[in-house]
Amino acid sequence: MNVLHLIGALVTLTGSLFFLLGTIGLVRMPDFYNRVQAGTKATTLGAVLSVVGLGFFDLTWMPKLLLIALFVLLTNPLSSHALARAVHRAGLPLADGSVKDDLKACDTGDAKEVS
Amino acid sequence: MGDLTLPVILLFAALGITAIAATLATWQLLRGPCAATRSVSLDMLLVITLPLIVGVGVVAGRAIYLDVAMMYALLAFLGVISLARYFDRGL
Repeated sequence: MNVLHLIGALVTLTGSLFFLLGTIGLVRMPDFYNRVQAGTKATTLGAVLSVVGLGFFDLTWMPKLLLIALFVLLTNPLSSHALARAVHRAGLPLADGSVKDDLKACDTGDAKEVS
Repeated sequence: MGDLTLPVILLFAALGITAIAATLATWQLLRGPCAATRSVSLDMLLVITLPLIVGVGVVAGRAIYLDVAMMYALLAFLGVISLARYFDRGL
């Protein structure tokens, strides 16, 4: 039994648990914005942990896997942010219990109430 | 990946949990009440599938899957960005 393989398997297991929690949040949350919030943060960390953990099984694959992890770490928050902002600008309403919408006040020029 | 030692069992468990998460994301993609929810489910599904591709490469022992995963990550990012642009201004 290889210790490096054990470390890699445990890190990959942690990442997959983050995936599971993120998708449970995706199914349970009430509206689109909460789903973005719950889903993409957990998925980013889960993808980084899973990919880096799989790299421990063959260390010659590690540089390329670190490159993939860095790419996911940079682009996944960016794409989810672009998606949420575009949908908000398209006018999708918030869930019923929401009390605060800073971006709407910012878009309509009411910026002094925000800051 | 021949004999069934503890790290291999843990790796298969992790890939199984990731597959369950992908199934949940697919279910939300089919169920979602509006196009925005479907697109965030698609975003999550694309990111979840990436370690599955790498995991298949590790289990099969073939390094070509790393290049596949890299191109897959790039195309997933471009796809979600184009979806966001579609919601904002139309194509």
